[in-house]
Amino acid sequence: MKEFTYERATSAQEAAAKAQRIEGAKFIAGGTNLLDLMKLEIETPDHLIDVNGLGLDMIETTPEGGLRIGALVRNTSLAADLRVRRDYAVLSRALLAGASGQLRNKATTAGNLLQRTRCPYFYDTNQPCNKRSPGAGCAAIDGVSRQLGIIGVSEACIATHPSDMAVAMRVLDAEVETVDPAGQARKIPVADFHRLPGDSPHIETSLYSGELITAVTLPPPVSGNHIYRKVRDRASYAFALVSVAAILQRDGTGRVAVGGVAHKPWRVEEAEAELPKGAKPFAAGLLADAKPTQDNAFKLPLVERTVAAAINEARQ
Amino acid sequence: MKFDKPAGANPIDRMRVVGRAHPRIDGPLKTSGRATYAYEHKDVVANPAYGVIVASAISKGRIEHMDVQAAERAAGVIAVVTADNAGKLGKGKFNTAKLLGGPEVDHYHQAIAVVVAETFEQARAAAALVGIKYSRKEGSFDLVEALKEAPLAKDPNSPDKDAPPESRTGDFQQAFSRAPVKLDELYTTPDQSHSMMEPHASIAEWKGDKLTVWTSNQMIDWGRSDLATTLGIPKENVRFVSPYVGGGFGGKLFLRSDAVMAALGAKAAGRPVKVTLPRPLIPNNTTHRPATRQRIRIGAAHDGHIMAIAHESGSGDLPEGQPETAINQTRLLYAGPSRLTSMRLAVLDLPEGNSMRAPGEAPGMMALEIAMDELAEKLGMDPVELRIVNDTQVDPEKPDRPFSQRNLVQCLREGAERFGWRNRNSNPANRREGSWLIGTGVAAAFRNNLLVPSGARVYLGQDGLVTVETDMTDIGTGSYTIIAQTAAEMMGIDMEKVVVRLGDSSFPVSSGSGGQFGANSSTSGVYAACVKLREAVAQRLGFNSAEATFEDGQVRAGNRSAKLVDAVHAGELVAEDTMEWGALGKTFQQSTFGAHFVEVAVDAFTGEIRVRRMLAVCAAGRILNPTTARSQVIGAMTMGVGAALMEELAVDKRRGFFVNHDLAGYEVPVHADIPHQEVIFLEEADDKVSPMKAKGVAELGICGVAAAVANAVYNATGVRVRNYPVTLDKQIAALPVVA
Amino acid sequence: MIGLGSGGEAPATSSDAARRGFDVSFEVNGEPLNFRLDTRTTLLDALREHAHLTGTKKGCDHGQCGACTVIVNGVRINSCLTLAVMHEGDKITTIEGLGEPDHLHPMQAAFVEHDGYQCGYCTPGQICSAVAVLEEIKAGIPSHASVDLTSHPELTNAELRERMSGNICRCGAYSNIADAIAQVAESST
Repeated sequence: MKEFTYERATSAQEAAAKAQRIEGAKFIAGGTNLLDLMKLEIETPDHLIDVNGLGLDMIETTPEGGLRIGALVRNTSLAADLRVRRDYAVLSRALLAGASGQLRNKATTAGNLLQRTRCPYFYDTNQPCNKRSPGAGCAAIDGVSRQLGIIGVSEACIATHPSDMAVAMRVLDAEVETVDPAGQARKIPVADFHRLPGDSPHIETSLYSGELITAVTLPPPVSGNHIYRKVRDRASYAFALVSVAAILQRDGTGRVAVGGVAHKPWRVEEAEAELPKGAKPFAAGLLADAKPTQDNAFKLPLVERTVAAAINEARQ
Repeated sequence: MKFDKPAGANPIDRMRVVGRAHPRIDGPLKTSGRATYAYEHKDVVANPAYGVIVASAISKGRIEHMDVQAAERAAGVIAVVTADNAGKLGKGKFNTAKLLGGPEVDHYHQAIAVVVAETFEQARAAAALVGIKYSRKEGSFDLVEALKEAPLAKDPNSPDKDAPPESRTGDFQQAFSRAPVKLDELYTTPDQSHSMMEPHASIAEWKGDKLTVWTSNQMIDWGRSDLATTLGIPKENVRFVSPYVGGGFGGKLFLRSDAVMAALGAKAAGRPVKVTLPRPLIPNNTTHRPATRQRIRIGAAHDGHIMAIAHESGSGDLPEGQPETAINQTRLLYAGPSRLTSMRLAVLDLPEGNSMRAPGEAPGMMALEIAMDELAEKLGMDPVELRIVNDTQVDPEKPDRPFSQRNLVQCLREGAERFGWRNRNSNPANRREGSWLIGTGVAAAFRNNLLVPSGARVYLGQDGLVTVETDMTDIGTGSYTIIAQTAAEMMGIDMEKVVVRLGDSSFPVSSGSGGQFGANSSTSGVYAACVKLREAVAQRLGFNSAEATFEDGQVRAGNRSAKLVDAVHAGELVAEDTMEWGALGKTFQQSTFGAHFVEVAVDAFTGEIRVRRMLAVCAAGRILNPTTARSQVIGAMTMGVGAALMEELAVDKRRGFFVNHDLAGYEVPVHADIPHQEVIFLEEADDKVSPMKAKGVAELGICGVAAAVANAVYNATGVRVRNYPVTLDKQIAALPVVA
Repeated sequence: MIGLGSGGEAPATSSDAARRGFDVSFEVNGEPLNFRLDTRTTLLDALREHAHLTGTKKGCDHGQCGACTVIVNGVRINSCLTLAVMHEGDKITTIEGLGEPDHLHPMQAAFVEHDGYQCGYCTPGQICSAVAVLEEIKAGIPSHASVDLTSHPELTNAELRERMSGNICRCGAYSNIADAIAQVAESST
């Protein structure tokens, strides 16, 4: 881990301004992913701005009847919030399927969205990785890729986004609220928040330099069966091979986002029209342009079958 | 003392302390965080500096240039040691690859430097500043390819050095071709990582030319000897101390780079240095269980009797390495007149393969016990009955050589009864609960009993305490406790009156911990020392030692009686002895037996597999402490579930390394994977093996478990997976269609 | 949280400041402690290498094993993935603070009684986690194993196993650990 200086921020705007002004500055909140990566020198900030004191840790009801979740709300608190458990169960379930109790106690809402991939080649600084060192090449595409992406992938990168929470946020049409160094706030639909790798897989989100996440807002609750189905080899404390966040209605309609398959939570709204016909036609639309590797081609039937499991669960 | 004839009656038979379920005597220290592991000896080593290892970024090739200037100039750095300035180093007897590489690199993450600094943070940052230019060489990283050219390999553990590499009994080919029911399948097991929770760690301190290393090691004397060999110094100048070991499973049998680099770093820095392996280095820097490819052929008569059995296994290792002896059990477990076993060893440039919990039998049973399940199905026979039909009470290769004790059949019957086996539907994919497909599976358990010489020193102090000193280690096995039980039983005192000191090379050389020989061998060494101490006590008291009995703190002979402590009025007594082993291991085949029963649920949609019930029945001689023995078995069953369902070091065959080299990538079972586990020990006492009449259980517990899980999955789904781990991707295409 | 930060101006503080160290004070097991630490020092290394409380273990240093679990302000966390300087004013409980060898905490005693450990290296983390898990259930925090999200979680074997899954025990003492925790849970209700 390289040397860095450290300060505790006192206001969101000031933090954003400093993050832009000070070269090599990064925000730190929960730290559960950033410190992991700093120990391996995958992240090498020169300066850390601790935003934990900014008070962005409230969950409030919005005038529209949704929820505004402070950026610093811990995963445990969010999953345990009674309004989330009642009205946004898919989010609570997704959070509880992720990481471990200890990590959820520390990890924040904003940090969860900003998690970096678990691609093993990204994690090994001896291996070429376009995400770590743009232009270096990708060792994963022809390497061990069982965990990696099958859709939205590029010649440069087949990494997946590891978050469970983000998959639920996607199916809930959440919006990410930010403040920029000039103090300007903006809202980014979560659908546009994460990027596909393309030829610049090191640019993972649509955040500008210094821009700080202040909250994530949820629209008013969507009724129906809220289901989060995470498939993994080990029963807990493992990243998803495939996960499905679904809100399904009695008539078979609904919305579905999928994790573990792409550089971002994967949702194709047009394909959702097929849901009443079943998992197979839906999955065919959802994964129409999939480009799996030999190692991870099993994710195609697995997505279909996991969606089928969700549909089955909704019928119970 | 030499154990060369079956044990008669002895004080252990009283089983007043031995054989009782006593909680671990090291429990209060361990559960309160006061037990000191290798990196934690703050009270004996003042002001250590911190060493961080630099590991090779390539798998095979040469370091052309190493720039250490930036590291040397970095804040807090005291020394940088590489092969260039380390001086001439030897290689330990038990090491295949060098522990400090350079200029030649033998495997990925081989240690090539250590950076020593005032603080851990400084050392870690400076280690990243070492600039290295490599030239890569082509390597052999693909086991399938490498085995095509691989020669036959002898069993390195075979006592008969002239034995041919293939073991043949009868005429396999002919018998197999005649057999009415045949099985011929290929099974594969992957490379696996020990993944003990405590990383390899050492603190080294030089005082003049004397070196003390506080470390985490299963085999004190091996490590001490190999460190001396590596550094080119006399063994007497090295002290190895390892009172608590945070797990080993074979991964800490040998000297590893942490100890060597701590010693070299401390020499260069002129002060004590502590080094721990970062978790992401462990799978590639240290040893692992090698992958295997195993072809099994079995020909049977319609009544299930095996007519011919062949087991051929292939594995790989670095040059001068050893084969994974996955055929071990097949030579002994089932009857059958015509037999063939052989191994091939390919050269691979992957990290060093070596022992992991039940080397040989663990992967061998993973294959053989699926094969038996498949054979039972072909025969239309119950798999429990098939195993019973093929029981043998003699070594099938040498029928005049009986087993010392063999209760496999009882294990199977008892297990079947307790598990409710008779309710099983042998037609696969026939039991469903909601979206779960339910299945049950069985496997035999088998692991040979090994004996290793083991010494101990015993003191009787004037405070009435008996102190045992031996370089035996407790790696979670319960050595502290069973050694205290043994001494208490022998000297006729309470456990509370026994002090046990372990893991220090200044104590007598013991068996160490490995090969499930530790419990029986080390307590036998303590037994031998206690016999001598009893003689010394009797002599002091003027008693006839042959008649003397030791009970309740009293010594009695004839009609005379004295307090034990009376023997030390004139000063404490010390006795030391080593248990050595005669030929009973040759005259009798000594093995341990068991049966595993498992129930699994497989999600009909996703193919996810979850274990619901586990039962093991074990026959392993006298159980010295049912509490710690049971823990060994449940732990082994847990590791067996890992082997069955998730554990695999994924090989990048182009770049030649294990890709998933941390605990997030290499998944081992967590709490949620493991249901309540039942363990039953048959009441046994095997007088052919030792005066303790005990055998090991820690490796028996893992042998067969994975196959029992795999067989249960097959019973649930009807999809046979022969390539471990049994993961959902290998069966999803064949699972029932879902809407 | 990882933000994008890149810009022109020099850092407000130099790396000399980093080298001089950063003052931080927190309470460990009821005792106030003051440190001047390298900003890079994790809470885990501050406890082990500076406070010399080595009961908290380093198993992976990357949040993948749970051996470093401590209780901070009543909440269990992985001490390896947090910087010591981020804990100004915090109240930290480590395994040493729960009990002593001759005066064990009920959870420590239950681990001894049920043989809920073997090598002992993951044990402090398991015990800290177990103590916190019972509090989390009391507080009504749901888990992945909770059948009904809207009702108070129950104290079942499945709940305990799921909640303890962030603490790996390679010796495989899980079955016994579950028994130990269940016993403490029962005796405290």
